[in-house]
Amino acid sequence: MSDAHVLPILWAAIAAFTVLAYIVLDGFDLGLGMLFLVERDPQRRDIMVNTVAPVWDGNETWLVLGGACLYGVFPIAYATLLPAFYPLIIAMLLALIFRGVAFEFRFKAGTPAIKRLWDLAFFGGSTVAAAAQGMILGALIQGIKVQNDQYAGGWFDWLTPFSLFCAVAVIVGYTLLGACWLVWRTEGELQARARRTARPLAVITIVFIVVVSLWTPALRLEYLRHWDVWPRVLYVAPVPVLVGALVVVFWRSITDEARHLTPFLCVLGWFFLCFTGLGISIWPWIVPPSIDIWQASSPPSSQLFLLVGAVVLIPTVLAYTGYAYWVFRGKVGHELHDH
Amino acid sequence: MLGMTALDLARGQFAFTIAFHILFPSLSIGLAAYLAVLEGLWLKTGRRVFLDLYQYWLKVFAIGFSMGVVSGLVMSYEFGTNWAPFAKEAGSVLGPLLAYEVMTAFFLEAGFLGVMLFGMRRVGRGLHFAATCLVSLGTLISMSWILASNSWMQTPQGYAIDPHNGRFIPTDWLKIIFNPSFPYRLVHMGLAAFLSVALLVGGTGAFHLLRSARSGKPATEAVRVMFSMAMWMILATAPLQILAGDAQGLNTLEYQPAKIAAMEGDWTSEGRAPELLFGIPNMQTEHTDDPIEVPLLGSLILTHSLDGRVPGLKDYAPRDRPNATILFFSFRLMVGLGLLMLTLGVFGILARWRRRFYDSPLLHRFAVIMAPAGFLALLSGWVTTEVGRQPYTIYGVLRTADSVSPIALPGIATSMLVFVVVYFIVFGAGIALLLRLMGTEPHPGEPGPNAREPTRTAGTHPGPAQGREVGHATGVGVGK
Repeated sequence: MSDAHVLPILWAAIAAFTVLAYIVLDGFDLGLGMLFLVERDPQRRDIMVNTVAPVWDGNETWLVLGGACLYGVFPIAYATLLPAFYPLIIAMLLALIFRGVAFEFRFKAGTPAIKRLWDLAFFGGSTVAAAAQGMILGALIQGIKVQNDQYAGGWFDWLTPFSLFCAVAVIVGYTLLGACWLVWRTEGELQARARRTARPLAVITIVFIVVVSLWTPALRLEYLRHWDVWPRVLYVAPVPVLVGALVVVFWRSITDEARHLTPFLCVLGWFFLCFTGLGISIWPWIVPPSIDIWQASSPPSSQLFLLVGAVVLIPTVLAYTGYAYWVFRGKVGHELHDH
Repeated sequence: MLGMTALDLARGQFAFTIAFHILFPSLSIGLAAYLAVLEGLWLKTGRRVFLDLYQYWLKVFAIGFSMGVVSGLVMSYEFGTNWAPFAKEAGSVLGPLLAYEVMTAFFLEAGFLGVMLFGMRRVGRGLHFAATCLVSLGTLISMSWILASNSWMQTPQGYAIDPHNGRFIPTDWLKIIFNPSFPYRLVHMGLAAFLSVALLVGGTGAFHLLRSARSGKPATEAVRVMFSMAMWMILATAPLQILAGDAQGLNTLEYQPAKIAAMEGDWTSEGRAPELLFGIPNMQTEHTDDPIEVPLLGSLILTHSLDGRVPGLKDYAPRDRPNATILFFSFRLMVGLGLLMLTLGVFGILARWRRRFYDSPLLHRFAVIMAPAGFLALLSGWVTTEVGRQPYTIYGVLRTADSVSPIALPGIATSMLVFVVVYFIVFGAGIALLLRLMGTEPHPGEPGPNAREPTRTAGTHPGPAQGREVGHATGVGVGK
């Protein structure tokens, strides 16, 4: 097999990993921002923000890496997807601006009223970013109109019932992730409230997972091509089965006060499995239904050059990111680790 | 909108977002290095004043850095939204450089920033100092990649063009990275970031010196130390920057003579050329109006000889000319500010010599006025080099007009409007916050970004015992 065949496959795996890393890492801190809606107490809000303050911008860096990899490795996908999602991308970036600066600004605000404004920016930014990401996901699954390697659709093609449904699904999913993060990293009243909030969110998330899974093949029958062929189905069947198994584990741990980390891990598992399922459905397209990973690729000289670095650097990044998380391990309370 | 095309608006949007963005990384590059020096001096000498200054500037750094992260995120997606054909054709070259920047620099900065901001008592002094140094290293690595990529767009090499679809194929990565203008631009930009921050720190120190003088109390040691350090830095870097700028000018003359012609407002190529100190280049009449000239100086500056030939814009077809009206002034603004910085540096050393350094209101006022000068010069320098690259995105190879996404005017106008409004609100608030921080005098026992968690002074070693101690004191357990 030639480089031109193998390199895009390796890069599809790395790009998928990058996107997944972004989704789970920024997912919980966006979810935490959305939980500001139900948490009004300024002190508890401070604690919530403090649980992610040392790590959030590392989390967001995965989004920059995703953009940069797409740009360098699959430039045709980068150049068709971004114009297709233009308003969504702009909305997401602006929302992330508001949210990102609110981390610093809310602690330095001169008056409580101004602090509440930045809290609103933190909540609003998190919600709009999550909604935009959900709609991007939905619009991608639906398919993109492409002619001559160029986006050929309209300004609002991404706006459909399915993409709106996906937006709500992502909002709920991220919020659940945020709630479970708080169960792990906080204690006392804040933790108890997070535990209570997580339960209905989990039910809704599972319903959304089921509906999106059934709706996706209805949009485009080709998505079933890896799911209904014997014996390939043996490889993919564990995905829904594992989701079900994790539901049981989740439900036991969320109601068990001695379990702090398990609910978070279960939800991470759901995100991982849904993402895998989506990957299986879309494979080998990168811009469904017209551009596959080979058509979208930059020349092997680009992909190989970057692969050499990625193989060494991504594990290194993971190692010291892990170290940063380890430094700030443990429960976050009022005074112990404060801003 | 005012007779503008989608191309004009796409360029305007890019210029606006990147001009805002570049201010924050420049601040981060300079401040991170300054913070590393301060923490190193604190560890070496044990003098509390260095830790106070460290904590003081760390707060400014934290805010500047977060604004850099979010405004930079916009840049990494804007190539795709507004410049899709450019991304499609040149992504194979520029994308990997950007991805290397993320993998070698952004993660390093983000990973250790948390430790730097919040970890002083969690990791111990040595590791904390290492974190500061790694963040500083990250800013320098990041600058190197982004300048390699920008320089390649100015002086492209090491590529072939795919005969089927016109896309760039990288053939030699070392040639791509170490392209002819890269070393010059890297040095010039690095010095610009250091100089900008030195001016900002010096201006802040001078502001507090003036305020102390007015209230009749002596200035604190921290204020005097920051002013003195900054003035030494300005004295050292301002002349170096002038030399670096001259070297980059010679490089530009070799590779982008049209840019030089536009910067100088020269229309006809000639030897023994005069230098135009002032004038108004007119792109329509192909003439520079109201010129004030110094004979022979043009040839001397550009070629370092009296009869060297300097280029003229008429050597190039009108459609291949960069806009001389803009370049002429942006270039002069940068040079003028640079000369003022040199003057400030010399003024400072004279005041030291006369032992008037800490009580010369004239020097301090001058330093306060010059506080934003570095950033202003940096922006006018970037305007000069980027507008001077026009009408190309990749010099001589890919035209700007062929690089822009086919996005309808209303769409791009709306996004432009939203960007302007949001940037002014968010970064306006951020800059106001920075000014408020810098307007507050640093004091002994300066708290860090963790306002409620004072940093330990000399003598205590952070360790697990401390966590317990705090846990007891506040009734909050660790890992209960």
